Amino acid sequence: MQNPHPGLPEIEYIKPASLEEASKFLAAHAGEARPFLGGTDTFVRLRDGAWKDKYLVDVKGLDGTAQVSFDPEKGLTIGAGVAMNRVEAMPEVREHYPLLAEAIRTVASYQLRNRATIVGNICNASPAGDTIGACMLYGGVLKVFGADGVREEPLDTFFKGPGKTNLKPGDIALSLTLPLPPRGHVGRYIKVARNKLGDLAIVGVSVLAYPDATLASGYRFLIALASVAPVPLRVPAAEKVLAEKTIDEATIAEAAQIAMDSCSPIDDVRGSAQYRKLMVRNMTRRALTEVWQKLTQAA
Amino acid sequence: MGYHRITLTVNGVMELVDVPSNMTLLQMLREKLGLTGTKNGCASGECGACTVMLNGEPVNSCMVLAVECDGADVVTVEGLAKNGQLDPLQEAIIETGGVQCGFCTPGILISSRALLNRKPKPTEFEIREAISGNLCRCTGYNRIVEAVKKVAGTE
Repeated sequence: MQNPHPGLPEIEYIKPASLEEASKFLAAHAGEARPFLGGTDTFVRLRDGAWKDKYLVDVKGLDGTAQVSFDPEKGLTIGAGVAMNRVEAMPEVREHYPLLAEAIRTVASYQLRNRATIVGNICNASPAGDTIGACMLYGGVLKVFGADGVREEPLDTFFKGPGKTNLKPGDIALSLTLPLPPRGHVGRYIKVARNKLGDLAIVGVSVLAYPDATLASGYRFLIALASVAPVPLRVPAAEKVLAEKTIDEATIAEAAQIAMDSCSPIDDVRGSAQYRKLMVRNMTRRALTEVWQKLTQAA
Repeated sequence: MGYHRITLTVNGVMELVDVPSNMTLLQMLREKLGLTGTKNGCASGECGACTVMLNGEPVNSCMVLAVECDGADVVTVEGLAKNGQLDPLQEAIIETGGVQCGFCTPGILISSRALLNRKPKPTEFEIREAISGNLCRCTGYNRIVEAVKKVAGTE
């Protein structure tokens, strides 16, 4: 094995003074420049040669990317450059977005989370991204600066494949907004990895649920799966069953089975496809049961 | 490749350094400033041997560009002792036998010191969680955890 060297390949560090300048540079150097946030994925990819960019364009600190704020009406807005630990430590996040806080705590190690960012996790678009499920279920919308100005990208339609998103050369993700979750919401993120702390997910299951009197079951359940499809996966068919049938052990088992049947995992160094499928069923059942118990306790 | 002139504080001393774009904070500390207490282990943000405090928070210095540290405050393991006195955490890890080969120790000390700074009386789980990004292949962690508890007064 090659001796690991701390150095990165030759690369230019660019710190633009404005978003316009950053966007123009990125567009003019498509394929050889990328926006740079925490670097926790970027450095690994550059060192192992998977990415061969010539320029890192540091967008941390440009126009609001360094801020995180909570508004009781608009919800939470997380700047692209804000490190995960800063988000997790906010009392408003622990109170109103506990599923996000829970998911953040499963990412790598404490010191890595001082660099890693939520928006970076999303833009990297790894199907295994731990915080993506929570952000999707909370109805997250990315604000993106591009050649045609600022636009919004809802996360539900943002991911196109492993590492592939709606972002185009010249686009810079500025922030993520999570609207205030409905009253009485309960969340759970269950992750299985090769060890309890610090590893990538073999399977991750996010569940968010809240009372909804307009539905036959009286509750709305949302489910997102990590690491079992080319993109972070929502399971609308399972959500539909949980909206229409009385919530009990049998309905939860049915929804978990649908989740298992909906995913399309691969074999890799962390686990086989078959193992992943079975774990999706078991973990979805577990997460739904735990959330259901909390909802009924609260009622 | 471009060079950048940066100023930063390392262990309380102001430093002026010229760094190439691709130089990591780890390389700058070891190769430009001669602070070899910070170790290079995996160079991919997993082993924690290169952990230093950046503006009061622990980071993997292999995952930070030196140029990003312009104006920053950095503390390495060399900066833990004050006026010739070891940090109580250093004393404790010696007493409990939490050091064997010593390669992980600088990172363990920085992660644990940062934990104690933000939470002076951590639970055992919080201690284990805080050092989960610092791999030790010798002691098996128990004596390290014991050292942190000793300083916290929670043995």
